[in-house]
Amino acid sequence: MGTLKNAQAGLGGRLPSLMKGIASAVAGATMVLSAAVNAAPATSEVNTTGLAVTDDTVTVGILHSVTGTMAISETGSVQAEKLAIEQINAMGGVLGRQIEYVQEDGASDWPTFAEKSRKLLLQDKVATVFGCWTSASRKAVLPVFEQYNGMLYYPTFYEGLEQSPNVIYTGQEATQQILAGIDWVTKEKGAKTFYLLGSDYIWPRTSNKIARKHIEKLGLKVVGEDYYPLGHTQFNSIINKFKLKKPDVIFASVVGGSNVAFYKQLKAAGIDMTKEKPLVLTISVTEDEILGIGGENIEGAYASMKYFQSLTNDNNQAFVKAFKERWGDDIVIGDVTQAAYLGPWLWKAAVEKAGSFDVDKVREASPGIELTTAPEGYVKVHPNHHLWSKTRIGNAKTDGQYEIVYETDELIEPDPFPEGYQ
Amino acid sequence: MSYAGLRSLLPKNDLINFAVLALILVVVLPLSLDIFRLNLVGKYLTYAFVALGLVLCWGYGGILSLGQGVFFGLGGYAMAMFLKLEASSPENTAIQSTPGIPDFMDWNQLTELPWFWQPFHSLTFTVIAIIVIPSIFAYIIGVAMFKRRVGGVYFAIITQAVAAILTILIIGQQGYTGGVNGITDLRTLFGWDIRTNEAKYVFYFLCVFMLFLCLGVAQFVRKSKLGRLLVAMREMEDRVRFSGYDVANFKIFVFCLGSAFAAIGGAMFTLQVGFMSPTFVGIVPSIEMVIFCAVGGRLSIFGAVYGALVVNWAKTTFSESFPELWLFAMGALFIGVVMAFPNGLAGLYTKYCEPKVNQLIARFTGKSNDTSAELAPQMKTEGGNP
Amino acid sequence: MFADYTTSELMSIFAMQGFAGLILFSVFVLMALGLAIIFGQMGVINMAHGEFMILGAYITYLTSNVFADYMPNLFGAYFFIAMILAFIAAGALGMLVEWAMIRHLYHRPLDTLLATWGLSLILQQCYRTIFGAREVGVTLPDWLMGSFQLTDIIEVPINGIFVMTLAVGISVAIAALMYKSRWGIQVRSVVQNRPMAGAVGINTARVDRLTFGLGCGIAGVAGSAFTMIGSTGPTSGQLYIVDTFLVVVFGGAASLLGTIASAFTISQAQSTMEFFLSGSMAKVLTLLFVVFILMLRPQGLFSLKVRR
Repeated sequence: MGTLKNAQAGLGGRLPSLMKGIASAVAGATMVLSAAVNAAPATSEVNTTGLAVTDDTVTVGILHSVTGTMAISETGSVQAEKLAIEQINAMGGVLGRQIEYVQEDGASDWPTFAEKSRKLLLQDKVATVFGCWTSASRKAVLPVFEQYNGMLYYPTFYEGLEQSPNVIYTGQEATQQILAGIDWVTKEKGAKTFYLLGSDYIWPRTSNKIARKHIEKLGLKVVGEDYYPLGHTQFNSIINKFKLKKPDVIFASVVGGSNVAFYKQLKAAGIDMTKEKPLVLTISVTEDEILGIGGENIEGAYASMKYFQSLTNDNNQAFVKAFKERWGDDIVIGDVTQAAYLGPWLWKAAVEKAGSFDVDKVREASPGIELTTAPEGYVKVHPNHHLWSKTRIGNAKTDGQYEIVYETDELIEPDPFPEGYQ
Repeated sequence: MSYAGLRSLLPKNDLINFAVLALILVVVLPLSLDIFRLNLVGKYLTYAFVALGLVLCWGYGGILSLGQGVFFGLGGYAMAMFLKLEASSPENTAIQSTPGIPDFMDWNQLTELPWFWQPFHSLTFTVIAIIVIPSIFAYIIGVAMFKRRVGGVYFAIITQAVAAILTILIIGQQGYTGGVNGITDLRTLFGWDIRTNEAKYVFYFLCVFMLFLCLGVAQFVRKSKLGRLLVAMREMEDRVRFSGYDVANFKIFVFCLGSAFAAIGGAMFTLQVGFMSPTFVGIVPSIEMVIFCAVGGRLSIFGAVYGALVVNWAKTTFSESFPELWLFAMGALFIGVVMAFPNGLAGLYTKYCEPKVNQLIARFTGKSNDTSAELAPQMKTEGGNP
Repeated sequence: MFADYTTSELMSIFAMQGFAGLILFSVFVLMALGLAIIFGQMGVINMAHGEFMILGAYITYLTSNVFADYMPNLFGAYFFIAMILAFIAAGALGMLVEWAMIRHLYHRPLDTLLATWGLSLILQQCYRTIFGAREVGVTLPDWLMGSFQLTDIIEVPINGIFVMTLAVGISVAIAALMYKSRWGIQVRSVVQNRPMAGAVGINTARVDRLTFGLGCGIAGVAGSAFTMIGSTGPTSGQLYIVDTFLVVVFGGAASLLGTIASAFTISQAQSTMEFFLSGSMAKVLTLLFVVFILMLRPQGLFSLKVRR
């Protein structure tokens, strides 16, 4: 009885928002219908833990670096998340509520990330946070999210070895990205020897560890493994080592400014990647990075990740079009940007499945959430909070885009704690 | 100590300064701020330790170290190692292939705790290590530099290189140090949850208490013969040397003291923020810490505290409201302070506010007092060798 | 590690590695020359040196865009124009900065360090506002890409040769300017004794401004050249700053020859170690080696200073 009364009162109180929902969803009549149905629940029902949910809005947080060294990488994620939120709002929002966001700057500084996440959760009482990019920033905010029971949608492909109840990992963990890539290069290109190269921090080191185990399991050989400090700009020595060891494949996970220096110098040293002797397989260069490297400098390299802008499915074409309309024609979209775009949609689906904004209920509802509208195709949330996804191999072209040459048949199961690979 | 001795050590103005600062930190801020903001203030205060050390080294001694982050980091890491070991008890880490070691070691295939982690099971050792290890490190650098009369710009750049080396080492040796992620997820101190609000209050007051302890030491150094010698050295090093003093030893001492302060700050930082990472060891944070000191006034130990508070407060507020603009603001602050107010906030205070305050006190107590002798020495020339 | 290779392969690799060391040497010289002039001759620590370099890089980027849009048939030549423009832009900005800021701080060398650090923050944010947070890709003319193949293994990158030529050219030009021209005499006399130089009628303020401008201009040219081998983004300048300072300090402040010698020593040490060790360890050992030598010889390799 009480609930019925609440529901009626709620419906009455919701009318303005309903109107707004209808007004903004003129595009699709079915949307209006679903918004009208979803608009019903009262705030007291969908929000029992004091989150920033009013009768017609719900506040979420966006936490990325817009200043400092990481701003280069994180800009795309911010744009993708804002676009997704705007699109959701245009469709009537979540449970009849328009999404408002509070954006905070992590300033490429990990304690700032922790500080801002605490602010978002405690002061702004956001329902969820979309954010972080580097592993270090995620590690810094993780205890905060666990302590105050927040929800984080984390977009970057990363090293795995983590599974928090308070994080949904919308990027790939290392095994998803690496194993398929190495299998492909051995099967299709007959690679026998590998040289592993990375920037010196946790993601490349863990990735190379997984790669090495897998390569050795296949009975092939790793002829060298090398790490350079973040921001290193001189790679002539390593290029000479390539020439000496003559690996079939250079497996590269160099990041940031080093990336640009590495590929420019590789090209200048007369290694023509289109000849595939050696073949360059990277897991760190998305379309975003190619902007800085220059397409002509990386032409012929292969990348192994789950999304490329050049995907031809309908979802992706609509996504690319919307993204360019919103943020400009010359923009490119990389793997992480797409993964960041999934965040708000996955959250919306989970909230609607749970019928509540409560973090605990959203968490419970998350496993098994499917997204058929994802630009990368179809994704599904695994009980371990990572996504099932396909891995694709792209071949870099001079225009800065990848041509997709291979796609796994099945969705790959996320396995953040791979047996025998640690 | 006799009353006169105490008076010379703590003249009236400084007493007022101590009292005002204590009032602000112990009464006003805890009562007016919620725990989230108070925790932020606590974090800012940890930088004040570094700035305080810099006042002694740079303002008084003329030694500009651009590597104070190294000592801040060493102190912070020592504390973090202790807390991490407690958080990595065999029960908590049962899912690892080697239970009982920190998670990042397990990911890096370490199967036992490295030898230099072993003593950090003991809190006593940790507390001693927080002060002693950075001091020894500073001593080594100091002896190598000052005995050879390296100073000024050279010293600044060498300390910068040291900061770069340590950052690369910490990031590269991730199996032993946690790498670029740092040491995270610290939970308890002797079973007491350090993430709760009560713990935050306790650490805040502990931090304030330690800060006053360090301020006391700094005040003692400043007012003692050592302080006067430091100023003399800064102004005319050769003349002090010709007077028969071993200049290097004084410099080494004050550098070690400054680094010990920084290390205490680092340990307090770890306790309040809950993790430590190599980003505090590098060059950028080290230079930022110099600016806290410069904004506050490089000759004022209280200025250091206010400087650290004000700059960080501004940084937080700016980046909350205009994220794109705060670098402009920071940059302008650097330039403005250096060019227009070389004595920082403290200089402005001594010039404009203090005479009025003194008048007020004089009217209140009915006594006139001559303050001119107590004024902080105004800076005339930049210290250091060419 | 060498057992599997033939002697000729090893010889080629060592030749290549020596060449890599020479490229690194040229890069260091280009980075450090501008700073050496400013620091050595004026005692000013310019923490914004990296940002002046990136200004040059952005100018190159703009020039390449202009040429690609309006004069595609002249694209092959744009790089020279870009370098000249980079020199002018960075030099002009340098003179402006000297006028507005540095000249008030000559008697306080440590304060110039802080003020120029502030400047570097502002410049970074300017670049970010104007060009965006992302790195920009600079398209090189075709003739600068690729390499000469000498033997089966030995390949000489063309842009490496270009950087080396540039480094030698600029060094020679600076040396001539400093030691042969009238202006160079003025600069050196101002360095040695400012009041006396003023007394004999040298406009010391003007000399200072031009010297600072020259140093920044060279940084701009270096930045322009580095678009061939490195990244161009708002914070890319920070990648160079520590190396640059170490080279200058290690060489001995007031000595251009010292700067070149130190660039040679550090680059050879680093590239040799990089070949035998992991890249990170090589970097650490190089820095340690430099710091260690500096402790033994605090005034650097070459110094003009009299004994104090």
